[in-house]
Amino acid sequence: MAVEVPFGSSILDAARAVQVDIPTLCKHKDLLPTAACGLCIVKVGGSRKMPRACATEIEDGMEIVTHDAELTEIRKATIELILSNHPNACLTCGRNGDCELQTIAGNFGIRQDVIPRYVRDLEPDCSTGSIIMDFTKCIKCGRCVQVCQEMQNVWALSFLERGINNRMAPAGDISLSESPCVRCGQCSAHCPTGAIVENDETTTVWEALRDSSKYCVVQVAPSVRVALGEAFGYPPGTDLTGKIYSVLRRLGFKAVFDTTFAADLTILEEAAEFVDRFASGKGELPLITSCCPAWVDYMEKRFADFIPNFSTAKSPQQMLGVMAKTYFASESGIDPATIYQVSIMPCTAKKYELERSEEMYASGHKDVDVALTTREFARMIKQSGIAFRDLPEGKSDSILGTYSGAGVLFGNTGGVMEAALRTAYFMVSGKNLEKEAINIMPVRGLDGIKSAALDVQGTEVRVAVAHGLGNVERLLLTVRQARRNGEPPPYHFIEVMACPGGCIGGGGQPYGVCDELRRQRMKGIVDSDLGMALRFSHENPEIKKIYSDFLGEPLGEKAHQLLHTRYKDRPAYQR
Amino acid sequence: MDSGGIAAGAEDVVSFFRECGERGEVALPVVRTGSYGYAFADPLVEVKNAAADPPVLYGLVDKAVAARIVEEHIGQGRLINDHIVASRIRGLALDGPTTAILVKDTSQEDGDKTKFLQASILDELKNRDYGDRIQVVRALDMGIYQEGVVVQLLPSCVTYTNVLSRDIARIVDGCGPSGAVLNDLLHSRPDTQVRIVLRNCGKMDPESLNAAIAHGGYEGLVRAFTDGKPEAVIETIQASGLRGRGGAGFPTGLKWKLTRASEADHRFVICNADEGDPGAFMDRSILEGDPHAVLEGLILAAYAIGADKGFFYIRAEYPLAVKRVELALTQAREHGLLGRDILGSGWNFDAEVRLGAGAFVCGEETALIASIEGRRGSPEPRPPYPSVSGLWGKPTCINNVETLAAVPWIVAHGADAYARYGTGESKGTKVFAVTGKVRNSQLVEVPMGTPVREIIYDICGGMQDNLDLKGVQTGGPSGGIIPESRLDTPVAYESLQALGSIMGSGGMLAMNENDCMVDVVSFYLKFCVDESCGKCAPCRIGGYQMLQLLLKIGRGRGSLEDLEQIERICKTMQCASLCGLGQTAPNPVLSTLRFFKEEYLAYIEGGASYARKRKRALSEGKSLKEAG
Amino acid sequence: MQTATKSPLEDLDTEMRAEIRHCLDKWKEKDGNLIMILHEIQNRHGYVPRGASLFLAQETGVAVARIYEVLTFYHYFRLVPPGKHNLTVCNGTACYLKGSGRVLGELERRLGISEGKTTSDRLFHLETVRCIGYCAMAPAMVVDGKAMGKLTTDDVASVVEKIRKREEGESNGQSRN
Ligand SMILES: Cc1cc2nc3c(=O)[nH]c(=O)nc-3n(C[C@H](O)[C@H](O)[C@H](O)COP(=O)(O)O)c2cc1C
Ligand code: SF4
Ligand code: SF4
Ligand code: SF4
Ligand code: SF4
Ligand code: SF4
Ligand code: SF4
Ligand code: SF4
Ligand code: FES
Ligand code: FES
Ligand code: FES
Repeated sequence: MAVEVPFGSSILDAARAVQVDIPTLCKHKDLLPTAACGLCIVKVGGSRKMPRACATEIEDGMEIVTHDAELTEIRKATIELILSNHPNACLTCGRNGDCELQTIAGNFGIRQDVIPRYVRDLEPDCSTGSIIMDFTKCIKCGRCVQVCQEMQNVWALSFLERGINNRMAPAGDISLSESPCVRCGQCSAHCPTGAIVENDETTTVWEALRDSSKYCVVQVAPSVRVALGEAFGYPPGTDLTGKIYSVLRRLGFKAVFDTTFAADLTILEEAAEFVDRFASGKGELPLITSCCPAWVDYMEKRFADFIPNFSTAKSPQQMLGVMAKTYFASESGIDPATIYQVSIMPCTAKKYELERSEEMYASGHKDVDVALTTREFARMIKQSGIAFRDLPEGKSDSILGTYSGAGVLFGNTGGVMEAALRTAYFMVSGKNLEKEAINIMPVRGLDGIKSAALDVQGTEVRVAVAHGLGNVERLLLTVRQARRNGEPPPYHFIEVMACPGGCIGGGGQPYGVCDELRRQRMKGIVDSDLGMALRFSHENPEIKKIYSDFLGEPLGEKAHQLLHTRYKDRPAYQR
Repeated sequence: MDSGGIAAGAEDVVSFFRECGERGEVALPVVRTGSYGYAFADPLVEVKNAAADPPVLYGLVDKAVAARIVEEHIGQGRLINDHIVASRIRGLALDGPTTAILVKDTSQEDGDKTKFLQASILDELKNRDYGDRIQVVRALDMGIYQEGVVVQLLPSCVTYTNVLSRDIARIVDGCGPSGAVLNDLLHSRPDTQVRIVLRNCGKMDPESLNAAIAHGGYEGLVRAFTDGKPEAVIETIQASGLRGRGGAGFPTGLKWKLTRASEADHRFVICNADEGDPGAFMDRSILEGDPHAVLEGLILAAYAIGADKGFFYIRAEYPLAVKRVELALTQAREHGLLGRDILGSGWNFDAEVRLGAGAFVCGEETALIASIEGRRGSPEPRPPYPSVSGLWGKPTCINNVETLAAVPWIVAHGADAYARYGTGESKGTKVFAVTGKVRNSQLVEVPMGTPVREIIYDICGGMQDNLDLKGVQTGGPSGGIIPESRLDTPVAYESLQALGSIMGSGGMLAMNENDCMVDVVSFYLKFCVDESCGKCAPCRIGGYQMLQLLLKIGRGRGSLEDLEQIERICKTMQCASLCGLGQTAPNPVLSTLRFFKEEYLAYIEGGASYARKRKRALSEGKSLKEAG
Repeated sequence: MQTATKSPLEDLDTEMRAEIRHCLDKWKEKDGNLIMILHEIQNRHGYVPRGASLFLAQETGVAVARIYEVLTFYHYFRLVPPGKHNLTVCNGTACYLKGSGRVLGELERRLGISEGKTTSDRLFHLETVRCIGYCAMAPAMVVDGKAMGKLTTDDVASVVEKIRKREEGESNGQSRN
């Protein structure tokens, strides 16, 4: 079979271009080949050597054999070897039914443990509460290390020792919570096995739901609605907001809120902050967004000199949490102590955010009790016996449930920026952006750093957006440099999201993420915004009502007390 | 002296001589040299009394012997019994009166026979009144084995073998003024060894640039500069047929050509001195004995490919080699052989030392590069080859110590002089470190194509304790075992590969009838398991699991299915491992399964009780039969 | 809620800081200097203390993860202080063939530790090495920098006991003072 592919493609890419699937375990579409598993070997020409398809560039005129009896036998033996160094504990594993190793072992028809098992005795690391590392299940593919070191530039993970003792471990051989880990969960999203999984808290939630003394409420993040479907056979990007509301009610939640509402609230606070700093010169520029807890953690550990630049506005999750236990509680006459708040998030870092600082208890209680990732949520639905696909569309609660298209955009990289600019423009000029200008195209898309200059009433506003923590350093260094030189800041407003693509690519989303998948999910978000009549956070009627009834002004005293937080310098290493 | 000598106490001996010098007891200058390669006789001292006297090499010199050397040899001109290592150069004519006779019985059970011989010759000399003019001295080693009584006349170095009592009179006759060479006894076979790479080792002070220059150092470099273009150097090397001595045997000239052809603003050369093969010490001896030769080779390589920076990547376990290379670098820099505008050529190049830190796999090119860059030494997939994208992404040429040491000689003496030695595809000479159960463990340098048998028997004196040779392992943990039946195989890349072994870097380990193949193979495999970087599954897990199966067989608990499984894992490792370590680790296993399968079967059939007996015999160094 | 933690670096003594800075001055211009710097630290202290790694990371911008990756990959580096007396048994091919296993076994039995470990009183550190160039005198070992060859199990035992005696003598001498 002849195939023509772009220069620089690997043999693996070329094979895929003609619908030939070479088995792989270590190569991930997001990442450079680590060439670790040895499954993708092929034969080239008449050579006796068997190069790895994932790491070998294709050359003109190459003749490649991808499958024959010998290759299959060697691959099978390799899988058997990997299994001989694996606990094979599928039934109790976080990846059961959705594991690359399990699948490939199944595909190769492995029916017997032919080689005696050797698994090193290593304690799992549960120290972060966000992700759990079971080192015995690690196949040393190197994805997580590459993700954490290069994609995220966090360097919390590394390989230690060598040979059969080679192991993936938190940097410097300490527990993950003592390491620079920011809990973004990208490692878990890229791991082919159950070696890194989210800390599953579904049982806790089931218990709360069954506890009649608790008034369980729930919120669901914007990015969850376009990704959850993948767990139920929908194409990526399908917006399932209505079905999600229905299923949450059926699961027994007494009130169903939408984090998107709080996204609008965040925008009002953040845009007000921006206008304060930009137009009135109160505070440092650039203003930097703070709704991503992994990013906040990263900043506190690595760029604490930027604390004055940080928006003090809490993330939407926490804003919704505090509003539920104050405003909602008083409006509906429920004792906030009995309210049990669950959030459904794309994100493992959100689990950490719940207890990040004392401001997360602004209501007098723990504002959000537990955060579940999209993956855990899907698992709960499957356990509950509800036929998700057949559900009717439901509605959220009217209070803390209405949202604008701008709020939905939070799920994408650049979305917070776009939503904030829409409102900031209004706050400065008293007018809304014109029809076409509503879509601020330069901040959309998957480029690692995006920047734009916008005209607000004759003044230039320079903005930049970074996603994937690996892209942040470059951006902040330019700011730091300008500050040192006493120059005006290169940007006035910066958005950072820890995960590539933003929350739609979050560490707690269904598996299999890659740029193609990110694009499809992003399209779901953008379409949802486009399809809404309400496209400005400041026009959200519930938001208007909450300010007039309860909060007063953005950045007012009450708002400050409930909706803002503080940051502190934290050591990257605690040991 | 080299680190082997130092381990054997050379440091004490040197300081003893120095002290004697200070006290005025020795008027001769004391000079350290590198290793001559006679590891079996470490530490060695060469004494050259007066310019006219031939140098005398003493082996196994401890402080007591050193004291005797000072007193008897230097003081009274008397040679010392049982310590002289005879010259390998064999004279063919008597070009002057004989002053001393060396004797040694070269059969295995030498014992008192030599003493008796010494006495008989002395008697004979006394009979003719030569007694006080000619000394008769027992030698430690003659470099000739299994040739009965060997007699060497000094200073002519005329050597007679298989001397019988009745020949003594004739020999002594020859020591007279009208003496003639006895052609029927004359050992006229020239030494099989050809010293190109080891040309200066043991002959000069490795810590002196002047000594190096006096021994022909940097002639090649001067020649290269005066002859013209870098391309000409590449052509010479290509024409010489030199292939990499680090293991893979890639043609050196071609490697240089490819590296030169890669477009880049910088290029690098690296001398691979990571010598990790356990039991090999060629590279160390060369670096310690003639560091300037390797440096000159590196400079020539850099000149040829257009590099501006070079590195010596040396194992940290070789502190003396590091010291001597660093010294050589400093000296070269001071004398305009390194740095800006080298020898007025307008070309700039400098080099520095980087240390390994105990990882065999760092000998692999991409791992070595990672290590120099300050990372874990995990190999990367190739291509791209280092010649295209190596150190910091720049074209990089990596060559082994021995390869580089041969280069200046080739450039100075011409490609043909080198290509004269060797076989069709394997030209020149190769250095081997012969160890194990041979009589004399040592470094040897022989032309490619020399049969293994010749190396073991003619050069190293055959097997220790007269036991039968069972096999010779070449190529260390990546190599295979050559059984006695194939001992006439010539050493060359192709012939060894055909046997399922490899030339490797040059370790050569002789095993006798009492050695157990299953045990030796487990040792090698354990080495590979310990040294695997752990990156890729086939090697990381395959090696470990195969070792478990081998150990199980070694405990007498194995089965035929285990053997099948072992072969399956071997195949998987060979094909699916990322780098040479994993790809070649199965070689010892496969080659013993091919030639010594019965030993595996004996364990499987004999069960645990056999295994216990075998183990006991092994630890007592006895054959299984003897152990009962 | 998290409480403020102080950086583990705050305890690092100034002497070590100065030493590392000094070493950095020498190497900072050179690419890929990490392994050479670690060599220097280890040569001076006998191991690479954690504080040194953290400080090195801070000064050079090399991640602690990278430093530990390197430290644990290469056998040469140690993360814990070595024992007072180092016994290094050669396990090269020649020595193996001539019985280094017996030598090592005797030491392990006598010291009650396995290869690569230090006795609990930190008196002995036992490790193996590949070929010390003493092949002709195999089996060989190095005791506190001094090589010994053609070892028997009795030789080994007497080496250990001699050191033990000497140490006991010393500590008794001290306690009497
Ligand atoms: C696991 C492994 C270990 C190696 N060790 C060494 C070594 O210690 N010294 C060496 O010169 N080459 C070693 N090599 C070979 C080198 O990768 C490389 O081929 C060689 O240095 C090239 O130089 P040459 O062409 O002069 O032989 C090793 C290769 C592998 C796969
Ligand atoms: S990681 Fe995969 S193969 Fe391993 S136990 Fe879990 S589900 Fe099974
Ligand atoms: S896959 Fe096999 S082992 Fe696993 S649950 Fe089903 S029947 Fe049991
Ligand atoms: S969660 Fe993020 S920061 Fe933490 S180890 Fe994983 S990838 Fe690294
Ligand atoms: S934890 Fe997962 S991603 Fe990381 S190396 Fe192990 S198997 Fe690969
Ligand atoms: S920032 Fe991400 S997790 Fe937070 S509310 Fe927005 S979409 Fe959800
Ligand atoms: S980008 Fe979103 S999903 Fe990722 S860590 Fe930040 S908040 Fe969580
Ligand atoms: S073959 Fe072995 S040494 Fe080579 S890369 Fe793979 S694991 Fe590492
Ligand atoms: S996919 Fe190529 S080696 Fe794993
Ligand atoms: S999960 Fe991989 S980048 Fe998103
Ligand atoms: S093998 Fe032990 S000294 Fe060489």
